[in-house]
Amino acid sequence: MPEVAKLTYGGAINAALARSLDEYPEAILYGEDVALPGGVFGVTLGLQKVYGNRVFDTPISETAMLGAAVGAAMFGRRPIVEIMWIDFMLVAFDQIVNQAANVRYVSEGRLTAPLTIRTQQGNAPGACAQHSQNLEALLLHVPGIRVAMPTLPQDAYDLTRSAVASDDPVVVIENRTLYAGDKARVVLGEEVAPIGGHRVRREGEDLTIVTWGKQARAVEEAVDACSSAGITAEVIEAVWLNPFDTSAVIASLERTGRLLVVHEANVTGGFGAEVIARAVESGVPLKSPPRRVGARDSRIPAASQLAAAVLPQPQDIAAAIHAIVGR
Amino acid sequence: MNQRQLFANLHAMWRIRALEEKVYELRLSGEIVGSVHLENGQEAIPVGAARCLRRQDALFTTYRGHGWALARGVPSRAIFAELLYRRTGVNGGRGGSAHFSAPQYGFHGENSIVGAGAPLAVGAALAARYDGSGRVAMTVFGDGAMNQGAVAESMNLAAAMSLPVIFVCENNKYSELTPIADMVRNPDLSARATALGIPAVRIDGNDCDTVSAAVGLAVRNAEHGLGPSFIEARTRRITGHYIGDVQHYRPEGELEADQADEPIVRLTRGLRAAGASEYALAEVERRARAEMSAASRRALADPLTDPMTVTEHLYA
Repeated sequence: MPEVAKLTYGGAINAALARSLDEYPEAILYGEDVALPGGVFGVTLGLQKVYGNRVFDTPISETAMLGAAVGAAMFGRRPIVEIMWIDFMLVAFDQIVNQAANVRYVSEGRLTAPLTIRTQQGNAPGACAQHSQNLEALLLHVPGIRVAMPTLPQDAYDLTRSAVASDDPVVVIENRTLYAGDKARVVLGEEVAPIGGHRVRREGEDLTIVTWGKQARAVEEAVDACSSAGITAEVIEAVWLNPFDTSAVIASLERTGRLLVVHEANVTGGFGAEVIARAVESGVPLKSPPRRVGARDSRIPAASQLAAAVLPQPQDIAAAIHAIVGR
Repeated sequence: MNQRQLFANLHAMWRIRALEEKVYELRLSGEIVGSVHLENGQEAIPVGAARCLRRQDALFTTYRGHGWALARGVPSRAIFAELLYRRTGVNGGRGGSAHFSAPQYGFHGENSIVGAGAPLAVGAALAARYDGSGRVAMTVFGDGAMNQGAVAESMNLAAAMSLPVIFVCENNKYSELTPIADMVRNPDLSARATALGIPAVRIDGNDCDTVSAAVGLAVRNAEHGLGPSFIEARTRRITGHYIGDVQHYRPEGELEADQADEPIVRLTRGLRAAGASEYALAEVERRARAEMSAASRRALADPLTDPMTVTEHLYA
């Protein structure tokens, strides 16, 4: 019988980290305020007590933290680093893009960088412009870096373990508004799944909606609301964005013939454009032009009422669904 | 220091010089293309430092790293092959002149981002905390890298955690094309390390044995758990920042003065004064040049890396 626990999203990540530290003696976990304080969001609470010096706090030095992770990974460690906000990752982007992503490729596999970067992104009420961004597209533009984005406790548990087990650099993008959400049943301790894959959140026939991150919840709500109009949608949550499960999207489009992509990131240069490009290039027949719903191409203001005018809202998703289906 | 050891120093430096001069020829003839950074004039630092490192130690250098690789034991032919994009290159040509590694020889890579090797070295030292290897990690960078955040952050992290990292600053007076003196207020770069609680020394980087003494002490301290060290090795670059840099920015007479005091000239002068024969001195140079001629010839005869392999090793 598999072990089952009722866990929040944050609790599931904590459980996955503990499990990974158990499974991989070479795993180490560090970041700003993660050890003694247990993380500003409490996600790593209690880990230092159990794992001692394998869990430690660092100076507020993202470049040194991530560069050290690459260096330690080259020498057999399996670092798990928390970057408190994805916005802070930008000050250390060199270590991800120029260093981590190149280790295996340039050395022809003589060196590797199996490391996991945990971070969280997105807007929450009152968050300023430097604590609100959705930057997954920056990472997805970089070959060599894997990207996961779980939103449900079970996925948070499973993907975190898969990330740690991966022999490549993986960025796991979490969402802080989900950490303390409702507890859900999480199956623990199953075999670690390989990276990749998607989740079908709703089955339907009229259109395919591809989404990721917190917007997946908004999409489900919008789809449920549209069901009264007789519209059904197949909702694909891309919990892995690299590798992205293109074939699952194409297979769904062969049934539905209509495509909507929804993400919280702003539209221009967002990964939604890539999803649509892949769909169009595949030649799968489409009954109507594909659409994107995302944030407006704007900075993100702190005031909630202003931010709401920038970020995609449930009614935007519903409107797009109706427009695509034509009823 | 006995003469035998001094001749070994001279030969090791001539090997680097001969390698770099052959690389220069190959760059001019077009066999090598792109940016190439030579370390002519700075040979005493890799020669003096690399011999203090043990097999288990880590070494991260800058893009001016051919000589460091050679000093660490990477075969000259494999270096040429890398710069010539051959299958037999240490990275099959993926690294090229400025970004190759050869971990099997304890050479963990050049880096084309100024200062970026420092955090990697901190990580290699961090790993040593857990793996019982006794590894010491050395990172080498230029004076210009002292103005990079990555170096400052790394020095502090290594200091805070007492990690076995040796920071070697090759102060060749020029941050690429700009005098370091114009880019700092305090010209004593080692003072920054001192301020972070890292023992620091400023040494004559044009003498192998002076470098060895400083690096040897740093290795011993790191081994004994005393944490990081910083060595500012003062030297002079007698070629440009890159091949093609005409160095119009250098004041008149400076290059000539630097050439008169560069480590090979200086050691040759010393040996001559101590009675070494002209034949013996010339023989050291001849041997080094013969090695590099043969190595580059063999590398040129090796097959180019097959483009069919270009997508390999992107992911596990």
